[in-house]
Amino acid sequence: MTDAMTKPAASPGPQSADAPLIQVRDLHRVYTRSRTSLLKPPGQVHALRGVSFDIRKGERFGIVGESGSGKSTLLRLLCGLDTATSGSIRFGGQEIVGKSERQLKFLRKELQLVFQDPMSALDPRMRVRDIVREPLLGQRHPDPVGRVKELLTAVGLPPDAGDRFPHQFSGGQRQRISIARALAPQPSVLIADEPVSALDVSVRAQILNVLADLVDEFALTLVFVSHDLSVVRHVCDTIAVMHNGQLVEVGPTEKVHNASAHPYTRRLVAAIPTIRRALAGVGAADLARGMVDAGHDPTDTDRDEVA
Amino acid sequence: MRRVDSDMEREPRSVTGVLPDDRDVLTVDRMGIAVRDLSLVTDVSLRLRPGERVGLIGESGSGKSLTALALMGLLPEGLRATGSIRLAGVDRDLIGASEREMSRMRGRQIAMVFQEPMTALNPLMRVGNQVAEAMLLHSTRPDKASAQRAAVELLDRVRLPDPANAVKAYPHQLSGGQRQRVMLAIALANDPELLICDEPTTALDVTVQAQMLELILAGVEERGSALLFITHDLAVVATVCQRLLVMYGGRIVEAGPVHEVFTRPRHPYTRGLLDASDLEATDPRGRLHTIAGTVPAAGRFPVGCVFRNRCPREPEEAKVMPGWTGDETRGFACWNPVPYDD
Repeated sequence: MTDAMTKPAASPGPQSADAPLIQVRDLHRVYTRSRTSLLKPPGQVHALRGVSFDIRKGERFGIVGESGSGKSTLLRLLCGLDTATSGSIRFGGQEIVGKSERQLKFLRKELQLVFQDPMSALDPRMRVRDIVREPLLGQRHPDPVGRVKELLTAVGLPPDAGDRFPHQFSGGQRQRISIARALAPQPSVLIADEPVSALDVSVRAQILNVLADLVDEFALTLVFVSHDLSVVRHVCDTIAVMHNGQLVEVGPTEKVHNASAHPYTRRLVAAIPTIRRALAGVGAADLARGMVDAGHDPTDTDRDEVA
Repeated sequence: MRRVDSDMEREPRSVTGVLPDDRDVLTVDRMGIAVRDLSLVTDVSLRLRPGERVGLIGESGSGKSLTALALMGLLPEGLRATGSIRLAGVDRDLIGASEREMSRMRGRQIAMVFQEPMTALNPLMRVGNQVAEAMLLHSTRPDKASAQRAAVELLDRVRLPDPANAVKAYPHQLSGGQRQRVMLAIALANDPELLICDEPTTALDVTVQAQMLELILAGVEERGSALLFITHDLAVVATVCQRLLVMYGGRIVEAGPVHEVFTRPRHPYTRGLLDASDLEATDPRGRLHTIAGTVPAAGRFPVGCVFRNRCPREPEEAKVMPGWTGDETRGFACWNPVPYDD
């Protein structure tokens, strides 16, 4: 470990008067691979190596990383869907690492997820109104029918959408259904895991706008995970960059994007093709060269992929 | 810049379709693809010169991948192509060619890199053998040993680490970016005149994408091959190509040099795509520009102008299909185009 990597962990984001809503400290997750030999111990994959950060209430927190960087593992831990090997996650002051499903019931209401691929996240045999209504059942909501209508309108779906099945919608509309379901229990935190990666350009803009509208309207805290730094830059006010299971950099969006302290972030920024740069004459060779110029990354070691 | 050069070399005007020209690598004339009575791709005409890099952009459902499959003679069962596809050095039309004839060209004159390398590679065969097979099938190398040596060299050219040992690896032992490099090595093995890439970097991380794009460009430049690059990513096409075709609803709605189309788009769809993909331009509320509505399902596009149910500038005439304005290198199909200084 070098200094550059431990620094962001030691100093959490900009301080505010109120305590952070989500506080992550020195989080580790080690997966054990399946045995390949009778004599040797099974291999281990260190998916998260000492991750620490704070998310304040109302913040739009972006997590960027390439495949294998550990962002999905981090997300699973934040949602209490997997248990950390060591470290702590506090949600509104309550520890969630090592808690039972029963003890995590509050988290299921407070924190909701939108996944990348809505087709696999929505039950193909349920009508949309039942999909959106399902999270309300556990809460004994007084008027579930009215609430479902309200939610469908909020995400911009036609009123008759509730009677139909997920396969009758386009990708963008399915993602709207996913968002409506996530908002049903009135969560305070919305976690979006690559919500627009599977969508076309014109639909991507629509969904990003819907998300921004809803985050404003319901005063949500947004955790937005993506491999696409330019999307995260548009959506979020804080960016955390993950690489090889560590947070290499956390900071305000424009600072991370324009004046990054870490060579890995600079490489990531240099590799993104944009229309503006391309029209100014930046070709593929320049992108690849820009990555080299951004500097060698000390954390860049060959790492086993998590299968 | 090379990209801008093609601005100047304007072609003489041709009214409909394109006539084959012996300088062309590929000439597609009014190609259509249909399943039973449902038309999926209509009136696609394009021309590629040696060494030219042309982008084909469009959203899912626009027919861009079907176009690529038709060029390769790989359309799924039940889909028929009409019109004409001529390839340099092949003295017959590719439409209507038998599987036997197609397989002689495929991987030789015309090669393709697919989006998902894991499904395109044979999981039970070492990657070196797969690269060598491409050369042995077309007898471009005399024997197995020389094909194997050529495979090592090709994998070295696409910068696969330790190629002498990498040839013995199976696809599952490689990362996504490495697999895509193997695909590129196979596609380039016989120095094809035309390389088609269908979303070759969509499944890759952005840093790997930059390296892959560089390798594709180096590969076609070394061989003087023409490149048809299919993607939904406007920034990628601007980085890689000189000229581009914009597809929507199975039709080419706009074409021209990349620089011109991206700075002065004439079709409202191209304008909308550019605005929607610009994450730095927002309205006063900080929201992105969007195109209203969604892409209709195949065969559900409106009669007349395919874009008219989503178009902000729809005129009365749009109930009739607009003709092509301009010539074959720069033009658009719209009744009410975006003015130059919009």
